[in-house]
Amino acid sequence: MSQTLTPRATSPEGGSEKALRVGQRSLLRRFLSRPEVGSLIGAVVVFSVFFTVAEPFRQASSLSTVLYASSTIGLMAIAVALLMIGGEFDLSAGVAVITSAITAGMFSYQFTTNVWVGVGVALLVSLTIGFVNGMLLIRTRIPSFLITLSMFLMLQGLNVAVTKLVTGSVATQNISNMDGFASAKAVFASEASFAGFNIRATVIWWLVFAAIATWVLLRTRVGNWIYAIGGSKESARAVGVPVNKVKVGLFMTVGFMAWFVGMHMLFQFNTVQSGEGVGNELLYIMAAVVGGCLLTGGYGTVIGAVIGAFIYGMTRQGIVYAGWDNNWVMFFVGAMLLTAVIVNTWVRTQTSKR
Amino acid sequence: MATTTGTTQAKPGPPVEEGGSGPIVELRGVGKSFGNIRALSGVDLKVSTGEVTCILGDNGAGKSTLIKIIAGLHEPTSGEYRVDGRPVKFSSPREALNRGIATVYQDLAIVQLMPVWRNFFLGSELSTGAGPFRRLDVKRMRAICDEELQKMGIDLPNIDLPVQNLSGGQKQVLAIARAIYFGARVLILDEPTAALGVKQSGVVLKYINAARDAGLGVIFITHNPHHAFMVGDHFVVIKLGEMEFDAPRSELSLQDLTHHMAGGAELDALEHELERGQVPEVDPLHGVKSKESVEPELPHQAERKG
Repeated sequence: MSQTLTPRATSPEGGSEKALRVGQRSLLRRFLSRPEVGSLIGAVVVFSVFFTVAEPFRQASSLSTVLYASSTIGLMAIAVALLMIGGEFDLSAGVAVITSAITAGMFSYQFTTNVWVGVGVALLVSLTIGFVNGMLLIRTRIPSFLITLSMFLMLQGLNVAVTKLVTGSVATQNISNMDGFASAKAVFASEASFAGFNIRATVIWWLVFAAIATWVLLRTRVGNWIYAIGGSKESARAVGVPVNKVKVGLFMTVGFMAWFVGMHMLFQFNTVQSGEGVGNELLYIMAAVVGGCLLTGGYGTVIGAVIGAFIYGMTRQGIVYAGWDNNWVMFFVGAMLLTAVIVNTWVRTQTSKR
Repeated sequence: MATTTGTTQAKPGPPVEEGGSGPIVELRGVGKSFGNIRALSGVDLKVSTGEVTCILGDNGAGKSTLIKIIAGLHEPTSGEYRVDGRPVKFSSPREALNRGIATVYQDLAIVQLMPVWRNFFLGSELSTGAGPFRRLDVKRMRAICDEELQKMGIDLPNIDLPVQNLSGGQKQVLAIARAIYFGARVLILDEPTAALGVKQSGVVLKYINAARDAGLGVIFITHNPHHAFMVGDHFVVIKLGEMEFDAPRSELSLQDLTHHMAGGAELDALEHELERGQVPEVDPLHGVKSKESVEPELPHQAERKG
């Protein structure tokens, strides 16, 4: 403590001395202090395990299935990770995906419009849900856990109730023969094959959005603000960061991503089961936390969430390939989450020591 | 230690928009109520360039409320707040900051988990590029942050360290360096020496002097009259939300200031009382045997022996 304010004059070789000390912080140590390092190690372990025990897992086609399973969770995990770094939760994210898909499907069908009109309306609805979540949060100052829990329950009810009211069943009508379906499917749910390796549109979008989100987070002012409001809202406000706008923006980002994933589901399956989506919100949070996001905010990366979702995809499909009972999936996901959190916490305390 | 002087000259320079020779910041009869609790009332204050105004007061006197009004976090419920002679209504700290009024808070307004350089530029990040490729100018921000901290005598091994790894003094100086770098005309320091050791306090005080010499108006909030008297040009003592005392340096001595700070009239009464010997009776300390202290041991002493 007493040496903290040593004036520069007393250390004329400050520059070289400094360079020396920087050098002492080894590459390995810097690598280990990355938030996503725990998840990376976890991904390698899970991959190795299934590679060893499950013979079908080794094929290229399996990898494409794993990537697809990861991407549908991973797309949402990107937005949820950003929101968590900004210090908030969104428990309504899982059912909001279905809300968006139902809106697009039913709007196009009931008004017999081009499906792209329904897609546009769904985008508006999804952004509005995010906006309402955010505005409720900043107006009432009630924790986002409670606000989005309420939104989750309301949307869950609305999804089924409105679908039943309009269609008379729990699923929306098949829209596969409507105008614009082919082009929308090409954007949201197409797939292509390269030398036997099947790649889905969502996988590409997943990586594209992850790259954009990472860039925003680390290289733009908004990214700096997201970390700041998650780390200390009061400090951020005091230096002039528009805290409320950033928070609302983050909820709307989750809304946007829910729309995107919802559109994928609609154009992949042509029809939407209105009761789906429940429980997925926790998988998104799981992926973000496995990837190194702190529940308290201000820390984490999008890359980590991507790896977290990939681990989930590997486990989900790996258990199938290994021929085990599918009911074990959630047990393993839970155990992995626990391990990841313990390892992440331990690594963080170790590497932050000077 | 001499390095602290002169550091402020090399900064980009406070935006010089001197509206004559009047005070930059002026409060006239300012008050603030929260519901029916009156936190502050009737405060007059002037801050001019090249002047250190010290605000002293005990805990809960209303110092923090006063700062928050000046910094733009609270709007006063009565009275008038003028900047450069014109009445203003700040609805956010950003607006105050844009007028050159920068605050270094007690909690320093830093984000513990973020790297030093990101904290330095938080809210005022430098960007480069255009359109969708507009991005943070990381290289320049790191270089400037490093340079500014070195000027203040902090040489960090790594400005990528999270701020939580810095010492209390380093955090304080980081916050001051940041405010000065971003062109503050008025620098509000909220108890900058409260959590620091003697040596570190000295550096902060020197920096206050340097800031004044560079033409900044400084508002120095403290409850240490010794620190205040070393750098202050003008002194205001606040008590229970009201101004108890207001005088330029020429009109008082350290003794006066200490006296007012410690409670003034109330202290006189207490002193008087103590002199008359009306002291509540206290048991003698363990091991000190006065004539009257006879054997019957206190219960806890007996216990310990057993």
